[in-house]
Amino acid sequence: MNSVLETPLAAPSTRPSDPTPPRRRRRRATGGHPRITPYLFLAPTILLFLAFKLYPYLSAFWTSLTSNIGGAITFVGADNYLRLLRDPLFYTALGNTGIILIVQVPLMLGLAVVLAVAFNSLLLKARAFFRMAYFVPIVMGLVAYGILFGALFNSGPGFVNQVLGSVGIGPIPWLIDPFWAKISIVIAMTWHYTGQSAIIYLAQLQSIPGELYEAAQVDGASAWQRFWNVTIPGLRPALLLTVILSTIGTLQLFDEPYVLTNGGPDNATLTVGMYLYQNGFRYFDFGYASAIGYALTLIIAVISLIQFRLFREKSPKEKKR
Amino acid sequence: MTDALIGVRARRTKSLVLTTAIAAGAVLMLLPFYWLIIASTYPSSEIFASPPNLLPGPAFFDNLGGLLTDTLFGRAMANSVLVASIYTILGLVVCTAAGYAFAKFEFWGKNVMFAAVLVTLALPSQVTLVPLFQIMVALGWLDTYQALILPSLALPFGIFLMRQTMQAVPDELLQAARVDGAGEFRVFSRIVLPTVRPALAALAIFLFLAQWNEFVYPLVVLRTPESFTIPVSLASLQGIGTTDYGQLMTGTLLSVLPILVLFLFLQRHFVAGILAGAVKQ
Repeated sequence: MNSVLETPLAAPSTRPSDPTPPRRRRRRATGGHPRITPYLFLAPTILLFLAFKLYPYLSAFWTSLTSNIGGAITFVGADNYLRLLRDPLFYTALGNTGIILIVQVPLMLGLAVVLAVAFNSLLLKARAFFRMAYFVPIVMGLVAYGILFGALFNSGPGFVNQVLGSVGIGPIPWLIDPFWAKISIVIAMTWHYTGQSAIIYLAQLQSIPGELYEAAQVDGASAWQRFWNVTIPGLRPALLLTVILSTIGTLQLFDEPYVLTNGGPDNATLTVGMYLYQNGFRYFDFGYASAIGYALTLIIAVISLIQFRLFREKSPKEKKR
Repeated sequence: MTDALIGVRARRTKSLVLTTAIAAGAVLMLLPFYWLIIASTYPSSEIFASPPNLLPGPAFFDNLGGLLTDTLFGRAMANSVLVASIYTILGLVVCTAAGYAFAKFEFWGKNVMFAAVLVTLALPSQVTLVPLFQIMVALGWLDTYQALILPSLALPFGIFLMRQTMQAVPDELLQAARVDGAGEFRVFSRIVLPTVRPALAALAIFLFLAQWNEFVYPLVVLRTPESFTIPVSLASLQGIGTTDYGQLMTGTLLSVLPILVLFLFLQRHFVAGILAGAVKQ
């Protein structure tokens, strides 16, 4: 696994010490290749990027300033955005997404840190097997595991309720109660993503020099102190990455609530992503859907920036890299 | 000596406690897979039987037969295999070519273009859902393979990964090949590509998995059941009022099975593919 991750740093690109002698063909850049070569290699990417990325992003912004009534498209300025600011359902979606984010991301990342430390410990037997066992849920598609968890957490006779019932708990109205529906989504997401984060942390843990731990031990630091003062600072780059990626991912949450609860009960699991989809492709209100998309972009940008700042400020050492 | 003995025993106890705890968690992680396999072998009426079934039942082939004859799931599997395979091959070509240009060439506009790649990496793709739908309507591409394949071929993550990897290929190697008279395409295909093979494998798995599991975009541009991919087909099976749970569980299992088999054989590349770039700062 590390071979891929480490090659870029292992061999920093070296400049040719002796530039190639002038070649017969003209129009060559300093590298000894025709000037057009890099553009040829990039041509498919540039075309695809213009057609399916740049144009859609610009077009979505334009669409968000229009309204489509009965096929007639009219420019309405900021109307869609103003409507969004007054739309209680949008705030519901934002609140649901926020709650799932605040509960799920710390829970998952905390578990992942613990798992990574365990995977890295010589005390653990069968490490390779356990790593695989925790990682394998990530290969399951979102719809597939949504359906699977929908059956497992079936509010009546689902497997989970039967197991809980055998020890005298429940039955819990997993998918039909506003509170428990959110919990179900958090559990499903944690099952799916925790192993992936743990493996990211594990890779980072293995890059912490062993001497740091030895030095801490010589200085009489307890296992707990070593964890807080050596492991956690060493993990910081991976923590930053996973916090930002999981936040971005969770803010766009769509598949799980669509399959598990369809946003219900009573919009308790309606997320911003689902609200965008509903407006775009159930009511075909493209202008409003696009406005939701850009609002989401703004929220993601602001939150990512804040997280980035917070993590950076705590670790001035990192800036040297 | 007794101290050392106590040390060894304490270590063993710790090891046992840790391994037991991790094993208990692993059971929880693997249990859903086990339950899915079991559920796919029972008829709809017995899936939620009490007490729960813990051993395989007799109905797997009934479920499978029903799934393939009553629904278009077989067609969806064929669609998914085709789309994911073509997407993987073309995506590898596009991403490696672009990554190579960014890693090994200096040219006008390079920084702007690379910045654009990084920015799209961070932008939520849901913004493009509506415009992509409109594009596909305008082109008459709803329900087509190209509608699924083309838009995300130039995957920012893939380009980034290939650039990072190819920066490690020494420039001298490329120069030497050029001096020997190799054309630019030959330098790329014969010198560069073979040296980045592990990254290619990782990217291939990433691309295949991403397309195989993609849901919301296909849901938008696929309108007729004949064109559905597996996730859209599963979601539609679940959506209908008279869900046959036996068939649904069998379909869900079939959607995961090929990936699980691949995973068992290519574990190393899977982990690399899903994590690639993640640890790099």
